[in-house]
Amino acid sequence: MIRWLAGLIGWSLLATQVLAADPVMIGVGYLGLAGTRSTLSLVEQPAENDGLAGARLAIEDNNTTGKFLNQRFTLEERRIREGEDVVQAATELAEKNGFIIADLPADALLKVSDALRDRGTLLFNAGAIDERLREADCRANVIHTAPTRAMLADALGQYLVWKQWKRWLLVVGSHDEDKLFADALRRTATRFGAKIVQEKIFEDKGGARRTDSGVTLIQRQMPVFTQGAPAYDVLVAADESEVFGAYLPYRTWDPRPVAGSAGLVPRSWDASQDQWGAIQMQNRFVKLNSRRMTPLDMQVWTAVRMIGEATSRTNSGDAKKVTDFIKGPDFSVAAFKGTKLTLRDWNLQLRQPILLVDGRMVVSVSPQEGFLHQVSELDTLGYDRPESKCKLK
Amino acid sequence: MSRMWRVGLLSGLALTAAPAHAFVAYVSNEKSNTVSVIDTESWTVTKTIKVGQRPRGIDFTRDGKFVMVAVGDDDTIQMIDAKTQAVVDSLPSGPDPELFAQDAAGKILYVANENDNTVTVIDLEKRARLGDIQVGVEPEGMTISPDGKILINTSETTNMAHFIDTHSRQIVANVLVDARPRFAEFKHDSSELWVSSEIGGTVSVIDPGKHEVIGKVNFEIPGLRKEAIQPVGIGMTKDDKTAFVALGPANRIAVVDVATRKVTKYLLVGQRVWHMAFTPDEKYLLTTNGVSNDVSVIDVAAQKVIKTIQVGELPWGITIAP
Repeated sequence: MIRWLAGLIGWSLLATQVLAADPVMIGVGYLGLAGTRSTLSLVEQPAENDGLAGARLAIEDNNTTGKFLNQRFTLEERRIREGEDVVQAATELAEKNGFIIADLPADALLKVSDALRDRGTLLFNAGAIDERLREADCRANVIHTAPTRAMLADALGQYLVWKQWKRWLLVVGSHDEDKLFADALRRTATRFGAKIVQEKIFEDKGGARRTDSGVTLIQRQMPVFTQGAPAYDVLVAADESEVFGAYLPYRTWDPRPVAGSAGLVPRSWDASQDQWGAIQMQNRFVKLNSRRMTPLDMQVWTAVRMIGEATSRTNSGDAKKVTDFIKGPDFSVAAFKGTKLTLRDWNLQLRQPILLVDGRMVVSVSPQEGFLHQVSELDTLGYDRPESKCKLK
Repeated sequence: MSRMWRVGLLSGLALTAAPAHAFVAYVSNEKSNTVSVIDTESWTVTKTIKVGQRPRGIDFTRDGKFVMVAVGDDDTIQMIDAKTQAVVDSLPSGPDPELFAQDAAGKILYVANENDNTVTVIDLEKRARLGDIQVGVEPEGMTISPDGKILINTSETTNMAHFIDTHSRQIVANVLVDARPRFAEFKHDSSELWVSSEIGGTVSVIDPGKHEVIGKVNFEIPGLRKEAIQPVGIGMTKDDKTAFVALGPANRIAVVDVATRKVTKYLLVGQRVWHMAFTPDEKYLLTTNGVSNDVSVIDVAAQKVIKTIQVGELPWGITIAP
């Protein structure tokens, strides 16, 4: 009997060793919309693979680590065209992948998260910056690597206040997301003691972003538009829709710097970020994708790296185990921002420093010195635990 | 008679020992593209040597004749002649060399190339490249076991210490440590390997035989947020009793009791302290403070900072003549 048992144990040991030769497969899905949005500046026009390129690099990075742990990561991508059913696409992706990185508008993301709720698929919101996804509409199966509007606005506001540019002229676009960014900026001004001396609306009356003699016209319009403002230190533009923001720098009636959606811009990442070892990652990215890295690429890279980090720490490809670890107190991820990034456990938002960039250089990194917090200085950016309306379900 | 002779001998020894603590330290200044030469008797910079782009890892050859400095953005390691204090040659290191380690004989050099996930092996006599070893993402920390058999490389994004057999040049083990491992150091008796994790904020103590993490050194500084504690450089005294750990933007060196793995003291140095080197007599420990552009001198026995020396911009690595 004992010998028989010993034999059985020996056999099962052998079996696990044989099984160990097959790598643990970890499937990551990428779900985004087909097509790209149009920007005012031609050089800021997103590439077709914006975001996805970050996933590709992170999958490579994870596989370099994975070869030492017998783990193999795969990427399956889906781009939704107009009229296609996002829930169906997500469900198909979820059949083979325990993790899905989503670059979707808020409503589509909520539909997907509710549809996949009972499958145990973990979603990463890498694209949507809407506050409500972390507040009233937060979901227990969605982790946010994209920063929120409030985080971006606070990051900018802290710097402007540090610089003693406390009188803001706020110019807001006429689209919904412009108004949401303006809301965030107003909240920031109140929190950090800046004053909005006047608000102006820039109506989107339609029209092309590319024209043959645009500059002449813009040069006439913008000084007049900003004429007659009360005394101010900095013009803050809320123009997520890319209608007018980039036209403002150097064209304001008063010689004032521009910030917000143009000029000094708060971003999760920038192609010029080379501190804290980032240069190696920027080089890897350019080598793989033949272009420079955008904030969306970084938000996606971070999501896929979080999966890689958790699978190596747990030595498991099991989605449930990995998800529990990511949501647990011991999780952190390094993402070339000079500090470890952790999750806000009350709404699953990734804490992160925000870069302030001018299109060529990183001007500063927030949180700024002197903005203190009892838990983490990163929580001086955005909505904090006591203000949160999120109930994770 | 014999007693007098003995006294005479002792005082004679003391006399010859006194000037022996005039050593020469070389500091790489990452942003200035220079190397500062420090005389440890006068504690002054005696020369500033122009080198290639982005000098970081720096070390003397075993014979003391050359100083090797990795100039990452020029994709090479430059050789400074210690006598003339000028760059005389360069080594075929592979792209973006950062830190390196040499074997006990000073014949083979192992270089971490951050950009292409490899460790390059170089024959120092022939100054020729012998081959590459594939490791994890962003290799950085490099050290060799005291018996010369195992090369350790840490990879910053893979978060591992890779154990490489120096004979076969194959990886024999991988040990997972906390995030962004920057530096590795063996105890002189080989019983433990210490690996610092900059983002994880810890030092992992690894059993090199079992390839397992057997303990961790944790740091806590009252009034300082946890994220600011970012361990990088490690220096261990020859008796293996005391370790010094540089804590980056915490602006402090932790003094650690090696046996208990507990911090006994924090020494305030310059800003963003990363690397360090002992004088050969182990009386002093010199640290590079990147953001304050200076080098702190620590009296090892007294565990006190006694001096600050201004060097170039963003001092990174340091080595002292054997």
